[in-house]
Amino acid sequence: MTSLPKEQPAKRLGLVIDLDTCVGCQACVVNCKEWNTGGYPAPLSDLDPYGAEPRGAWLNRVHAFEVEPEEGAPQVVHFPKSCLHCEDALCVTVCPTGASYKRQADGIVLVDEDRCMGCGLCAWACPYGAREMDPGVGVMKKCTLCIDRIYNQALPEEERQPACVRTCPASARHFGDLADPESDVSKLVAERDGMALMPELGYRPTNRYLPPRPRRDGRGADKPKALEPAEPQGGFLAWVDRLLAD
Amino acid sequence: MHPAPSVIAFTALSGAGYGLLFLLGLGTILRFAWADSRWVMGVGLFVALALVIIGLLASTQHLRRPERAWRAFSQWRSSWLSREGVFALLTFVPAGLLFLSAPLVGSSGWFPWLCALLALVGAAATVFATAMIYRSLKPIRQWHHPKVVPVYLLLGLGTGAALLTVVLSFHAGVRTAAIVGAFVLLAAWAVKWLYWRDIDQAESSATMETATGLGAIGKVRMLEPPHTEENYLLSEMGYRVARKHAEKLRHLALGLVAASIFLLLLTAAVGSGWGAMLIGWAAALTALASAALERWLFFAEATHTVTLYYGRAA
Repeated sequence: MTSLPKEQPAKRLGLVIDLDTCVGCQACVVNCKEWNTGGYPAPLSDLDPYGAEPRGAWLNRVHAFEVEPEEGAPQVVHFPKSCLHCEDALCVTVCPTGASYKRQADGIVLVDEDRCMGCGLCAWACPYGAREMDPGVGVMKKCTLCIDRIYNQALPEEERQPACVRTCPASARHFGDLADPESDVSKLVAERDGMALMPELGYRPTNRYLPPRPRRDGRGADKPKALEPAEPQGGFLAWVDRLLAD
Repeated sequence: MHPAPSVIAFTALSGAGYGLLFLLGLGTILRFAWADSRWVMGVGLFVALALVIIGLLASTQHLRRPERAWRAFSQWRSSWLSREGVFALLTFVPAGLLFLSAPLVGSSGWFPWLCALLALVGAAATVFATAMIYRSLKPIRQWHHPKVVPVYLLLGLGTGAALLTVVLSFHAGVRTAAIVGAFVLLAAWAVKWLYWRDIDQAESSATMETATGLGAIGKVRMLEPPHTEENYLLSEMGYRVARKHAEKLRHLALGLVAASIFLLLLTAAVGSGWGAMLIGWAAALTALASAALERWLFFAEATHTVTLYYGRAA
């Protein structure tokens, strides 16, 4: 059923992504693809993977932006983006077949691939570009928050995290319950002013992003100084300068 | 947004079909003289239903798994696409009964009247639901706009009236149908013109700064895209081939609809006969062509917020 849960889900599982520590290594992108092409939404197919025009569905992508403050030097921000598991998930309510749904228990947004007819309307409804059509099987794919890991009793406890979180070498990705104010992720969000993306559209995303930290000394990085004009004040260099100027 | 030919064909053809169905229903309810003609009702309903069916079949072409299309009737509680399917299906019942009964028993009596009423409501509801699919999508500001629904309804009605003019070629009612068609088309394109003015002036509330949350630091620009090759997001939502020709296509569409309105008024002046048939056809075809062009632009000019993550305006 593509109506949203009537009651607020008891848990709101999601990711907290630290834009300060992400180094843009793409390990989360690769491990996401690797896990999910063999896991719950399998296959996560590619067409022509080694050919001239490879195409494929990925559930997690890392963008890179440059932010230029009014004063100080521009800075580079690596920006991982996957499904934000919104509370007002329009991608769920627009689905005509009942394939898209949001779970009452933990707020995870999923696609029932046996029901999806591949119309693509949910991808239009997502402002963040979190859904991609699988070119091989013709159904919509999206981040499952690795439901086949986080509840998997066959895995050792420390492995029961989304693949992207588990693999991140910089610990820039955190997984937890954002409805619980005492959870580690909620504390991180409170401490670091975690932000929601495009709040003006009203989707109320669950995932939060931690902004890059300001410098410890309170200053922004200085812009490199412009080269000074070469006007030697007397002496040998002034003599050379005069000589060459003629 | 990528303008899929199947979706353009579907919305333009079924819009005209439902417009014609609406007008045939209205004629039956209001007991217009031509509604008593079994020939008019038979041919008119055949054309209307044929266009609707061709449109609906075309729409399944953009599904990647069309064998599951039957599931789309299930989520009418939340989804406008599902409601569109349900309304379309329900409308076939009274429209089909009217089509079967009109040539046999004529259009007077309570049964055709009731069928006509239900078909009229169903036709309007289906086109309304189609428009609401787009109207409800917040990430696309050119679709999440109050003038989208009126344009869909008026354009369906206007192209339907142009088709009715052809059907009524040899009937006295052709003059009224042509004049109504000319005015509805004029109204539709007046609203469309205001819509174009709106979307050209308005700016997206979402920006690269809000999309990344980095606006507090400063101005954001893309440094490196997340993938080197085209992906689904870019081919589906980042489409921009036709946008650079948008101005020319807008003029072409307006030229076509002006020609259509002129031809309809000419039909009204000529009156019933072979002349009306010939000019009516030309009017109907130009009206349909302008509607298809409008639908193309409706997609090609629409921008999606996902493109903000790729350094483009939304």
